[in-house]
Parts: sequence; C-alpha cells; structure tokens
Amino acid sequence: MYLQKRVLHLFSGTRSLENQIDEFLDKVSEAGMVFGRAIRVYLNNGASEEFEGFLGQAAIIERRGDELRRSIETELYARTLIPDLRADVMALLEGMDHLINIYEGDLFRISIQSPDIPQEFHAGYLDLTETVVSCVDSVVLAARAFFRDIDSVRDHGSKTIFLETEADKIGTKLQRAIFSSSLPLERKMHLRYFVERIDELANSAEDVADALQIYTIKRRI
Amino acid sequence: MDLTVLFFLTSGLLLGWSLGANDAANIFGTAVGTRMVRFATAALVCSVFVVLGAVVSGAGAAHTLGALGSINALAGSFMAALSAAGTVYVMTKWGLPVSTSQAIVGAIIGWNLFSGSVTDSQTLLKIVATWVACPVLAALIAVPLLKVTAFALRLAKLHLLKLDAYTRLALILAGAFGAYSLGANNIANVMGVFVDVSPFKGFSVAGFFRLSSVQQLFLIGAIAIAVGVFTYSKRVMVTVGAGILPMSPVAAWVVVIAHSIVLFLFASQGLEHMLASAGLPTIPLVPVSSSQAVVGAVVGLGLMRGGGDVDWKLVGNIAGGWVTTPLISGVVCFIALFFLQNVFGQKVYREVHYSLSAPVLTELAAQGAEVTALASIKEREFRSAQEFKKAVEQTGYSGPPGEQALRDLAQLSHMYIDPEKFSSLDRKWLSSGQISAVERLEGREFAHPWQLARALAANSSEWSRKDNSTVNKYYNARLERKLEYVYRKFAGYSDRR
Repeated sequence: MYLQKRVLHLFSGTRSLENQIDEFLDKVSEAGMVFGRAIRVYLNNGASEEFEGFLGQAAIIERRGDELRRSIETELYARTLIPDLRADVMALLEGMDHLINIYEGDLFRISIQSPDIPQEFHAGYLDLTETVVSCVDSVVLAARAFFRDIDSVRDHGSKTIFLETEADKIGTKLQRAIFSSSLPLERKMHLRYFVERIDELANSAEDVADALQIYTIKRRI
Repeated sequence: MDLTVLFFLTSGLLLGWSLGANDAANIFGTAVGTRMVRFATAALVCSVFVVLGAVVSGAGAAHTLGALGSINALAGSFMAALSAAGTVYVMTKWGLPVSTSQAIVGAIIGWNLFSGSVTDSQTLLKIVATWVACPVLAALIAVPLLKVTAFALRLAKLHLLKLDAYTRLALILAGAFGAYSLGANNIANVMGVFVDVSPFKGFSVAGFFRLSSVQQLFLIGAIAIAVGVFTYSKRVMVTVGAGILPMSPVAAWVVVIAHSIVLFLFASQGLEHMLASAGLPTIPLVPVSSSQAVVGAVVGLGLMRGGGDVDWKLVGNIAGGWVTTPLISGVVCFIALFFLQNVFGQKVYREVHYSLSAPVLTELAAQGAEVTALASIKEREFRSAQEFKKAVEQTGYSGPPGEQALRDLAQLSHMYIDPEKFSSLDRKWLSSGQISAVERLEGREFAHPWQLARALAANSSEWSRKDNSTVNKYYNARLERKLEYVYRKFAGYSDRR
C-alpha cells in the first residue's frame, strides 16, 4: 500500500511538473507573438494605447514565466529529480527565460524612448522582427524536443542557427541603410541600438541552441 | 547451542558483513551515488532481497563449493572463512579488485592441503572457468540490452521527467533482482564452508514450510550481509556512484540488470532444472564475483562506444586477481590452520580414513574393475585422501570407477545402528518409509557409508538414488544430506566391543 502510494506520488508529481515545463515554453512562444504584433503596431501607430496593451501583456507573460521557472527549479531540487541532467535543464530554462526578458525589455525601451523610425526602414525592422521571432520559436521547438524526442533537437537547432544568420544579415543590411541615410548621427545611433536589441534575441536563441546540442549528447544513453 | 559454535560462526558472519558492505554498492551504488534512489530505500530493498535470495535459492552454488572440499570440522570452517575475510579486507585496503568467491575457494583449497583431502580438479576447473566467463557474459548481456533499451526508449519518446520516474522505479526493481541474485549466489561464499558442520536442526514454521539447517545457516549469513549493507555500504555506494557518474541512469540500470542476470544464471537451480529437462546444456552453479560482473558490464559498454574509456589496467588487475586472490587466501588459510591446530589445540579437520577392504574390492570387481593391481594395498588403512590417492597411483591402477568414486567406496566410517537412537531421529524431515527402513537395520554394523546407503535402498525405494542426470541432481543432493545425517547419527561402534 505504502509502495503503491509512493509510486503514484512519483508519477502524479512528474505529470504536474511536465505541464509546468510545457506552460513555460508556451510563454516563450506567446511572448514572441505579442512582440511581433507590438512592433507592427508601433511602426504603424507609434506608442499608442494598443502598443501599451501589448507591453502590458508581455509584462504579465514575463512574470508568469518567472513564477513557472522558479517553481520548476524548486521542484527539481526539492524532489531531486533528473539528478544527472538537472543543471542542464536549469540552464536551459534560464536561457529561455532570458529570451522572454529580452522581448519584454525591448518593448519597454521602445515605450520609454519612443524611437522615431522613418517609413523607409519599417520593412527592414518588420523583416528583422519576424526572423528573430521565428528563430526563438525554433529554439522553443528544440527545447520541447529535448524533453520528449531528442532525435529532433538537432533539426530544430540547425533551423535556429540558420535563422540567426539570416537575422544578422538583415540587421547588417538595415544598419548600413540607416548609416548611409541623411539622418543626424544621434538618430542613426538610436535606430542602430534598436536593431541590435532586436537582433540580440536571435543571438541568445542561438546560444541556447548550441547549449542544447551539448545537453542532448549528455542525454543520449 | 554451544557458545564455541557461535564463536566459530563469527568468521562467516564477518565475511557476510564485508560482502554486504562492499557488494551492495555494485547493485545500488550508481543509483544512490547519483541520488536517483535514497540510501534508506536502497538498503531496505537490498537487505530484504538478499535474505530471500539466500534462503530460497542459496543451495545451488553452495553445493558446488561443497563438491570442491567438504570442510568437516567447525574450527576448520571458521579459519577458512576468516582467512577469506582477511584476504578480502587486506586486498581491498591495497586497492586491488577482490572477489569473496575467489578468496573462499583459495581458503578451501588451503584446508584441503592441510587436511590431506583431495581437491576435485574437475570442480576447480569448472569454478575457475566461471570466473572468466562471469565478466565476459556480463559484457555480452549488457551491450545488446543497452541497444534494445535505447531503441525502445527512442520509439517510446517519453518525457525526460517520466523517463526519470520510470528509471528510478526500474533501478529499485533491478536492485531487488540484483540483491536476490547476490544472496542466492554469494551466500555460498559466506556460509558454504559451514554447511557440512551446521550446528542447527531443521524445523517447520507453523506447519507451512520447513526451514532446513542449511537454510537457517544461510538466514543468519544473509542477516550479516544485511547488517553490512546498513552499517557500512553507504560510503562505498557513494564512491562507486561517483566513479561511474559519466554513465546515464539508464546505462547504470543496464549494468545492474546484466550483473544480476549473470549472478542469477550461476545460482538458479530452477533454471538449471528447466534447461536439463529440455535436454539443453546447463550452466554450472558457482559463486561468482558480483564486482567483476559489474566491471565486465561497464567494460562491455565502454567497448561498444569504441573502447577509449576502458581502463585496461583495471581489466588486467581483475585477471591477475583470478590467480593472486585464491593463492593468498589459500596460503593464509594453511598457515592459520597450522597455528589453530598446534598452538590453540583446536581440531581443524576430522580425519577421514580409507581402506580397500574385502567388500570394497568385491564391489569394484562387480563394477568390472580389474582389482589384481590393487592387491598390494588391500586392507591397508590410509589416514588421508592424499595418502590413499598416492598409494593407488603407485599401484598403477587407473580403471573404473574413477578417482572420486573409488575414494567414496574406500572411505571408512564405522556405524552401528543403535536402536536407542531411533527415538531421536528427525521424523519431520525423514519420511516414515525412510525411518522404518532405518529401523529394520537394527543392530547391524557397517564399515563404509556406501554399505549403509545400499542396505537402506534395499529396504526402501525412498532411499534409492535416481540416475546421475542434472534433472535428478537436487533430488540426489537432498537424499545425500539425509544419508549424511543418518551416517552422523549412527557413527560409532556397538557397546559390545
């Protein structure tokens, strides 16, 4: 009876933690969707009420993400789960949480600094945003695969690395266009700052993908 | 029970304790060291299953050790177990991989040499062959098992956390199986040398099942192992766990299962009986080293990954241990027996005399032997098996029925079927048919045990041996134990002498 109870407890606790990890990864994807729409709204209408609404959503997602990460980490340690891979899983969650933070931080900066982005650069910013969001989405898929299907981690990881390179190309092209325009230097530097901030998402996603490849080798039997 | 008897058993208990302290780490080391399983859980599961394995299935491997040499005095058994325990302790201190099985075999050979008994070379060869086979077999089991497990897990696509939960459960179950196999296989090392001198009497537990004297002996040996697990194995487990840390928990599970299967194969009477019944070749039941089974499995997995991780020095040390461990243990046992006998005045062996008496020669002739060559040593009494063997060799005789069977025929042990002893016969163990067969021999005397066995078989079919096949091995072994009991019971001469 006692043994049965222990075994049931082991598996029910595991299921709840699995759900938390899934929800946490959902939050990363959700933050990407909110970010993409917020940038589009900002480019069209500036720091409007709608944009602020998206910023509020991003902040809620970030808070929930933090809560989930802390709860998962506590559970992993308190119940000494996956002792051999715990450190890797924690690092993975921290890396993914960092992505949510960048999403939220970028929107905050835009809200505070209200960069004046000329129409001619809108397409470049939109393209860059879409690419980095796709890049983060593929690292989310790689992270999900790490938990369930390690054979697919490599596929999603390769896609992440490809999209990061694409984001770099778009960012470089956009910065060249900004600096070859007739805008004053301070505006050029302001616009470049946001290009770099958005591109940072792809760089961080790539870091997580690289680490995931190593964790996957360790996970292999 | 006599206190000296208890004292003499302590060396076996010490050996059991060290086995529990060291070998439990082979089963649960990785699981506890990597914190997949808590020490308290591991120790409890390990202790319960070691006891079960020893009491339920321990007899098979013990029988083989008995065939190597039957130590027939309690003080001799004490010293054999103590020499083995000392050798294991010192070699562990020196950091050499040591096996309790090899130490006890060396000690038995040491006793054989000291007491002038003959070491059965066939049995010795069988035992040594299994030492080599044990790690090789563990490797051969571990590699495909890991491949199949990895393939199945890849198909199942379990969540990492679910896999973790299943692995914990699997490690506990594998540990239970490992502990059962360890108890079944290695109890022979701990208590095997006391089997022939067991001070216990069989009794029935609430009428449900009978706990024989050997099972009681194994029970206290297994309890000593369990005490070793609880008191000292934690440290060893953590060390082993740290040593094999680069292995994933699933690979660790594979190693434990491979180790347990090997130990089980070399201990299971049921499997041996099943194989023999199906006409298949059987696996000899021999106590093997659990540490070497684990190392074999780990090396197997290392070779599967290309062999770069394999510590060949350790492999060499193990192979060296096959020679050095029994050698050291044998020499220590021989010297210690000398001191125990000559300084402490203890009887470390009971002399067994041999003689080719007229009935023996008649029996040999009936078996088709050409006995004229043996005429020169007819009726001479030899004080040890070695002496007898040498004398037979000098006659140039090499005919049937073989060296061991010839010794069995010539063995002297005077018995008088004293009616006063009938009331003290164990009537729960012996059947009524067997008892009445004994009683019908009232007043008769026998010089050789086989004569009494034959007289009993003539009186009742319940005393008849079955054909010498593996299927009948345990029936015959049980009958042999009952005969030994009758021999001991009626040993001696009639008062009329």
